[in-house]
Amino acid sequence: MGNIVSLRKVAKRYTRGKEVVEVLHSLDLDIAEGDFVALMGPSGSGKTTLLNLIGGLDRPTEGEVIVAGEHIDRLSGAALARWRARHVGFVFQFYNLMPMLSAQGNVELPLLLTRLSAAQRRANALTALTIVGLADRARHKPSELSGGQQQRVAIARALVADPTLLVCDEPTGDLDRRTADEILGLLQVLNREHGKTVIMVTHDPKAAEYARRQLHMDKGALVDGQVS
Amino acid sequence: MKYFPLLWATLWRKKTRTIFTLLSIVIAFLLFGMLQGVNAAFQQGVTNANVNRLIVTSRISLTEPLPIAQKPLIEAVPGVAGVAYASWFGAYYQEQKNFVFATPVDIDDYLKVVPELKIAPEQIEALKRTRTGLIVGLDLMQKYGWKVGDRIPLHSTIWVKKDDGNSDWAFDIVGTYNFTTDPSQNNGALFNYSYFDEARTFGAGTIGWWIVSVRDPNQSAQIAAAIDKLFENSPDETKSQSEKEFAQSFLKQFGDINFIVQAILGAVFFTLLFLTGNTMMQAVRERIPELAVLKTLGFSDAKVTVLVLAESLLLCLIAAALGLLVASLLFPMLKDYIGAVKLPTSVLVRGAGIAVLLALATGGLPAWRAKRLVIVDALAGR
Ligand SMILES: Nc1ncnc2c1ncn2[C@@H]1O[C@H](COP(=O)(O)OP(=O)(O)O)[C@@H](O)[C@H]1O
Ligand SMILES: [Mg+2]
Repeated sequence: MGNIVSLRKVAKRYTRGKEVVEVLHSLDLDIAEGDFVALMGPSGSGKTTLLNLIGGLDRPTEGEVIVAGEHIDRLSGAALARWRARHVGFVFQFYNLMPMLSAQGNVELPLLLTRLSAAQRRANALTALTIVGLADRARHKPSELSGGQQQRVAIARALVADPTLLVCDEPTGDLDRRTADEILGLLQVLNREHGKTVIMVTHDPKAAEYARRQLHMDKGALVDGQVS
Repeated sequence: MKYFPLLWATLWRKKTRTIFTLLSIVIAFLLFGMLQGVNAAFQQGVTNANVNRLIVTSRISLTEPLPIAQKPLIEAVPGVAGVAYASWFGAYYQEQKNFVFATPVDIDDYLKVVPELKIAPEQIEALKRTRTGLIVGLDLMQKYGWKVGDRIPLHSTIWVKKDDGNSDWAFDIVGTYNFTTDPSQNNGALFNYSYFDEARTFGAGTIGWWIVSVRDPNQSAQIAAAIDKLFENSPDETKSQSEKEFAQSFLKQFGDINFIVQAILGAVFFTLLFLTGNTMMQAVRERIPELAVLKTLGFSDAKVTVLVLAESLLLCLIAAALGLLVASLLFPMLKDYIGAVKLPTSVLVRGAGIAVLLALATGGLPAWRAKRLVIVDALAGR
């Protein structure tokens, strides 16, 4: 299988006042289609920054980011937004659900950007909720769900538009061991049975064991395992 | 419209706050509807005023009487087509709040200068035959359920009858009139000047004001000047105005209604701007992480901007619609006081326009902020 993600000499710098901070240093990375990658490393090593570049939430200061066949570093803001809607599903540590919408409403959100009819949106959202095992909670608001359940809703939302890859930033960081294992098991199923490429940031070695491949970052560079 | 459920849910995310904001906008638009309605009704009187009629009053004040002897002199002014006269009667029916605009006139003279007034010929005859006859406007007739043949008392706050020292004047209703060009005038009444003039304790031989019709409306300014010139340096100097100017200066007696209305509404909406603007700003500030998520999911900057604006538009339009609805339901209750029956459509249209402006003004800054929001910073809480 080909590479779904290719980073070439990617650097990311932030300017804080007069000071320029380089967060990523000329980084190269390839991720194969269908892979499940755990990105590990100490806090502040640049994991989130790297993940945001891969997910098209941010642009590199230098270098090329090619994801799902597109040079996303060259896309305009609106084109990048369209590209994200089409190719990437995001899962965050704190779920980031809309508190005023039901689970169903949250999962339907990405589908508002498609041409699907209301009935199709409803059906697809219900399918996604079924995959994460929450079909019976479709009408519940996030505040009526446990942390693990909220994260499942977030995963259903990430899945519903059938993206090319799932990008997860510390998806179990706020969950207890058992719930974390359930969520990680779910990501594994999505990877193995549904063929989704999963890229997950974690600093939990146990969580990383669910992945097919582990990458380690330190001070803005990959320290080993870059080449699989 | 598929975004409507999202918008709706977002709007009601903080129920109490939304309700309070909504209520304050509703009240502002209720106030807008009522005040502009009243204002429009007053200005309507000015608009409906006839252009080829002059109103001639005493130079001293509107209520100062003029001698009836001026009539042939005014009639002789070139360009004058007809001269009628009337007087304040200051009447109410049964209770002081039931003000009745009853006016003593010489009916032949009056109909000649006010031809819009429609009265059946036999009722005109009946008025002339009946000393105490009264011709009542259609609406006034309806209001008290009067019928032709009824004998009713009107209490005058100005005039006392000399035969019994009483201020209750008895009238026999002999007919109805319809003021076709200005239905708001259908809540008045007309009676014989002769009855009025002979029965009152003082003021005999005087009139309240002249109503002068002119042949050519373009000449009315010159004719007005000519009439005033006629009585210059006499004890009864006059002030001649077109009916329109008269209506305007009559309104000015109560203060500049238009200015007062605009000033009040200006203050109300200025306050509202800050109130609603603050609510919207607060709502957006609280929602920064959610807006970032929308952008993450692929909602473009433009779409997020439109969503925030649409939310403020939704709020303002719902509130304005409610406020104007209540205003249009309440407005007809003012009919007895201002003569207008229906809240003018122009007021509703202007209200809707103002609601849109309010929405853009209060939603503009939050929308701009939502547009500029950088996903990665918002997600990281920066
Ligand atoms: N917008 C920014 N401005 C300034 N510094 C930033 C910005 N984003 C990230 N950083 C810095 O980059 C470094 C890496 O951040 P991050 O990628 O979030 O690390 P990790 O996810 O591995 O903990 C941190 O030191 C952080 O402070
Ligand atoms: Mg991080």
